[in-house]
Amino acid sequence: MNESLSQIFIATLLTNNFVLAMFLGLCPFLGVSGRLGTALPMGIATTFVMLVASLCAYGLNLLLSAFHLDFLRLISYIVVIASSVQLVEMVMKKYSPALFRALGIYLPLITTNCAVLGVALFQTARDYNFSQSLAFSLGGGAGFTLALVLMASLRERLQLANVPTLVQGTALSLILAGLLSLTFMGFAGLGGGE
Amino acid sequence: MTEPIPVHTTPGNKMIITMGLVASICGVLIVGAYESTQDAIANNKRIMVERAVFKVLPGAAKVNEYVATPSGIQPLTGNVPEGGMKFYAAYDQAGALKGIAAEAAGKGYADIVRVLYGYDTQCQCIIGIGVVSMRETPGIGDKIITDPAFLKNFEALDVRVNTEMTALANAVKVVKHGSKQNAWEIDAIAGATVTSKAVGRGINESAQKLMPLLVPHIAELKP
Amino acid sequence: MSANKPVDESITFDTFMEGVWRQNPVFVMVLGMCPTLAVTVSAVNAVSMGLATLFVLVSSCFLVSLIRNLVPKEVRIATYIVIIATFVTLVDYIIQAVSLSLYEALGAFIQLIVVNCIILGRAEAHASKNPPLKAVVNALGMGIGFTIGLLALGATREILGAGKLFGFSLFGEHFQPWVVMVLPPGGFFVLGGWLLLFSFMRSRSEKGVAHE
Repeated sequence: MNESLSQIFIATLLTNNFVLAMFLGLCPFLGVSGRLGTALPMGIATTFVMLVASLCAYGLNLLLSAFHLDFLRLISYIVVIASSVQLVEMVMKKYSPALFRALGIYLPLITTNCAVLGVALFQTARDYNFSQSLAFSLGGGAGFTLALVLMASLRERLQLANVPTLVQGTALSLILAGLLSLTFMGFAGLGGGE
Repeated sequence: MTEPIPVHTTPGNKMIITMGLVASICGVLIVGAYESTQDAIANNKRIMVERAVFKVLPGAAKVNEYVATPSGIQPLTGNVPEGGMKFYAAYDQAGALKGIAAEAAGKGYADIVRVLYGYDTQCQCIIGIGVVSMRETPGIGDKIITDPAFLKNFEALDVRVNTEMTALANAVKVVKHGSKQNAWEIDAIAGATVTSKAVGRGINESAQKLMPLLVPHIAELKP
Repeated sequence: MSANKPVDESITFDTFMEGVWRQNPVFVMVLGMCPTLAVTVSAVNAVSMGLATLFVLVSSCFLVSLIRNLVPKEVRIATYIVIIATFVTLVDYIIQAVSLSLYEALGAFIQLIVVNCIILGRAEAHASKNPPLKAVVNALGMGIGFTIGLLALGATREILGAGKLFGFSLFGEHFQPWVVMVLPPGGFFVLGGWLLLFSFMRSRSEKGVAHE
């Protein structure tokens, strides 16, 4: 079955949201979602890295399958993604210092984010072609940003609430994330049906 | 490797040597694991395919992989060519053709639902389905494997090809629960319409493509 | 190897127990969350994932510790990642050879062990500074702690969400499963609940100390 680009985008953005339905990229989701001010740039930086990773993975996969080296896939994905992110970081620092200042501190953190490797692995597993991979990585990044921004807004509001000390911290964030995830389940069925 | 490391900087060649050394150790490990597990994995995959096919085609004992292309059918070697379609030919104990099994996929409620269907060459109908993978809501969407009324649809689902051999004579259609009238219609599960439709649409799509390619050559499969 | 620091070399019971209890990766440090929540829909999946991670953790810590004096500082992270990815590939093939249905259930999360922060964290913080035996003992503790955490989550979710444990029905025919528990939100809720329980226990024991 051939999925259309918009189907893939909507599915990764909402129904199969990377964070809330597939549990990818939870560490930054819980770690950086304290303030809206950092959540948004983090999300954008991650989307950008996902795009780079997706492109690299697509090219690598072509190369690896041409030589029947499937067993090297994982190791080459992680090494190439990590080094290409470093490269992008250096280029950005040289030619666009403003952008680097905005995103730079987040880039190294993102390399070992499982959402990034997840994009690469899932698009390979699902045999996406070039444009499908692009839609998948953009949708995944947008979904990650959406989840992060929603979570950060909720947690900012929560600071005004009177929460028992016992519940504060990670436990509260998790239950909040659970409620968000429950909300996102309402999107299921989008793009299916008729 | 034993010379003392100079303060703060490491010469480039030492870095490269170390990385190269580590990489070659890792390479040997990976290739070793790949080589030694290859047979077991291939065997597991075969068993899994057989088990799935035997479920949708009761009485089958042997499975061969084929690919159907506009230029005919041939045993599958390597990857499925562009425009081709993979299917399984199942034979019984005596070696007679028991039926055909093929995969179908449709967009369900949560994600893509993949099913395997068994096709009987005599009645030109689908005689069983099994789920390959799905992530539908437990207790609702998974009725497609547990609901006996729904599975009854697939005891003899009509997928005859038209006389021009270009498409199915009647497209497989999912109808509202309780309104099935023709042999090519699927009675949806009440409360799990989206998943039922995913199955129906997937089977229609797959059969529309496979049957016109397969039926003219079906005799070639008979031993 | 470093004779001037003999204290660091001794392997105590705490080297092992650190990961199992005091620094439990799931309940205390809340690390490696992706597999923790994604695969714990049943106890079997949880244990398999735990054991796969345990294997990768122990073998990569051993190798990292073995070559810790050879690797230049600048390339150490890259080296660790390559080592970890190697062992993950190994596990990937082993699981495929043992059981394909298990492999399908765990899906891409086996390969995602590579980016599990626990492993890189242990390699960097412990194995790169300690002799092989000690590193292995510590990694074993961490891995077992992780497995226990996963099992606790998986068992809770399976009991509540499907009324089963390790595939055996517990409550008989009339149990209405609490389906949401095996769905994604349930993962968040159950882990949140466990963390709540632990923080409750901690506050109880702190109060107890304060009263004495």
